[in-house]
Amino acid sequence: MSTLLLANGRVVDPSRGIDATGAVLVEDDHIVAAGPDVHNQGAPEGAEIIDCKGRIIAPGLVDGRVFIGEPGYEYRETIRSASEAAAAGGVTSLVMMPDTSPVMDEPSLVEYVLRTARATSLVRIHPAAAITRGLRGQEMTEFGLLREAGAVAFTDGRNTLESPVVMRRAMTYARDFDAVIASETQDEALAAGGVMNEGKLATLMGLPGVPREAELISLQRDLALAGLTGARYHAAKISCMMSADAVRRAKDNGHKVTAGVSINHLSLNENDVQGYRTFYRLSPPLRDELDRHAMANAIADGTIDVVVSSHDPQDVDTKRLPFAEAAPGAIGLETLLAALLRRVHDGTLNLMRAIEVVTSAPAALFGLPYGTLKPGSKADIAIIDLDAPWEVSDKDLRSHSRNSCFENARMSGRVIRTIVSGRTVFELND
Amino acid sequence: MVARPHSFSMRHLLGIRSLSEQDIEFLLDRAEKAVEVSRRPDKKTSSLRGRTQINLFFEASTRTQASFELAGKRLGADVMNMSVASSSVKKGETLIDTAMTLNAMRPDILVIRHGSSGAAELLAQKVDCAVVNAGDGQHEHPTQALLDALTIRRHKGRLQGLTVAICGDVLHSRVARSNIFLLGKMGARIRLVGPSTLMPAGIDEFGVEVFHRMEDGLAGADVVMMLRLQRERMSGAFVPSEREYFRYFGLDAEKLAFAKDDAIVMHPGPMNRGVEIASLMADAPQSVIEEQVEMGVAVRMAVLELLAGPSHNEEGSS
Repeated sequence: MSTLLLANGRVVDPSRGIDATGAVLVEDDHIVAAGPDVHNQGAPEGAEIIDCKGRIIAPGLVDGRVFIGEPGYEYRETIRSASEAAAAGGVTSLVMMPDTSPVMDEPSLVEYVLRTARATSLVRIHPAAAITRGLRGQEMTEFGLLREAGAVAFTDGRNTLESPVVMRRAMTYARDFDAVIASETQDEALAAGGVMNEGKLATLMGLPGVPREAELISLQRDLALAGLTGARYHAAKISCMMSADAVRRAKDNGHKVTAGVSINHLSLNENDVQGYRTFYRLSPPLRDELDRHAMANAIADGTIDVVVSSHDPQDVDTKRLPFAEAAPGAIGLETLLAALLRRVHDGTLNLMRAIEVVTSAPAALFGLPYGTLKPGSKADIAIIDLDAPWEVSDKDLRSHSRNSCFENARMSGRVIRTIVSGRTVFELND
Repeated sequence: MVARPHSFSMRHLLGIRSLSEQDIEFLLDRAEKAVEVSRRPDKKTSSLRGRTQINLFFEASTRTQASFELAGKRLGADVMNMSVASSSVKKGETLIDTAMTLNAMRPDILVIRHGSSGAAELLAQKVDCAVVNAGDGQHEHPTQALLDALTIRRHKGRLQGLTVAICGDVLHSRVARSNIFLLGKMGARIRLVGPSTLMPAGIDEFGVEVFHRMEDGLAGADVVMMLRLQRERMSGAFVPSEREYFRYFGLDAEKLAFAKDDAIVMHPGPMNRGVEIASLMADAPQSVIEEQVEMGVAVRMAVLELLAGPSHNEEGSS
């Protein structure tokens, strides 16, 4: 038996509402105790002791939306490289999108990913399976068998389901399995090939815009169907104030809906697109500063439940192009926490809520027993320096792809050590 | 030759938005001189002798390409045309790779037209020579706005205080955007006239007045600038039909009568006669459409000379 004591830190565990000076005691792969009561108890004989003075001891992060290229696009990202990026960002569990080639629409593919993850990954990989075969938006996949194989949710990844009747049936059927249907919400017909937020800036730049209503219309349809079917529905990536308002109303009506936002939409706005920088081509597009602010407020008031990296590796073949021809998406596993801490430093979010939306909240949403320091749970832990200054450097990123929105960004706060099942998978070398 | 003022420091011409009022005046003055040269029997000068100009056209454009070619040749440059049909872009090579390849051939000027907004800017970041934007997506077409301004100035003697009505498909038009930027900087009053389906979002924040009836938009105008409307946008997608569009937004004598008596009629070409402009209007005395073509060569000569000419390298004037 090996024993590890993380001593003298600030223990922040939103799953139990703890924010206090304390310690975490780990035996083998699980947590024995965590919190102020462990403080000054001394270390058990033979324990490895890590002094966490001035550091935060938090549950390892659970990232609810990550695109990986394996199988099919390994040159963009493998499960191994994604896991290295995750570990460096304090992410110990991630929900992997089904946009692989072939698409994760078969139990055997879910098993393949889990097998590959067991063999190569530093962190926990939780596959989300497709709602429809081939992500084509037509025939439902085998929700029951896919869940048995290990799928934690259903989503058509980057695609929004076009057909309301397919969405209705998927939700109705998913309810019988208590499965979560997660979806991006952009009405492609109304988006009409737009590549950035519609408005003055898009007109100045001569780029076709996506109106906020393209998101709202699709979102409201899904929220209405969630009400109709009683399914657990997750609006995976909302981007604007009117969407947050719609989710808030659906929650007030008692629907079982949740919402997520990507760290990019919490950190950036449409002005970052100026200069036609394709790394800022995202879907949904970056909106204006009012919307960005509304996202932060919606997290604070509980309308938005989770923050995700929406890590989406793209290579030069899809990014080294004129803006409108480039693929949307940005990597973000390594910068998720640091970018989120900006909202703590600027006072929009308190630390407990910021940690909650990337630990216990996504864990609860996807039914995962992680994102907590509760005794008995797996020892998935992130040790964080809340104020450490650093600059994101393209060459230090572990992802196979380079499409970061935070290249050369100055950050305050970073992960010092990441632990999965009691084993250190990342340690910052200074 | 006129000395370059300190204010003109542009390495490329990517758009009007980044030019100052002084830059524009200076370019137009230089273009006036090029008009004189172009009207001489011997049109050839030597200011770009030994320089290489590559016209890189990803969108077919006979007129603009010919205009740039002639401008370069009149200045003595060696001009090479590359159009997409014969280039490796169709074989999957990206814009940037094409640019790097051409850059290695050490041209002095790259003139680019591309269907994507921002393509000229992207190219300018990757190559060592001067880049001239000959139209990028729905973003800018700076030499068109300059030639329009030159044409207007020659007829009206000024730009400031004039009322210019820009009519038609503003939404998809890079010509409209460049003209709005230029005329705005030069103190003209800009009106946009067209159906709301062809007006871009946020356009009312551009210091323009928007009209949806030609009669209102043209009332008292000094200049009527028509925009081209692509045929595929007229069959129900943005407007219901050609005949309905012509009825409400096509320029005919009746609608032009609302403008000032001495108003001039402009069109960037190529025209859809009978759609956005009545055939008679295009050939009427008020029409300056052919003169625009002449000014196009002059403006492009001025631009090319300024970006790649001898004064650029501080080698003295010719």
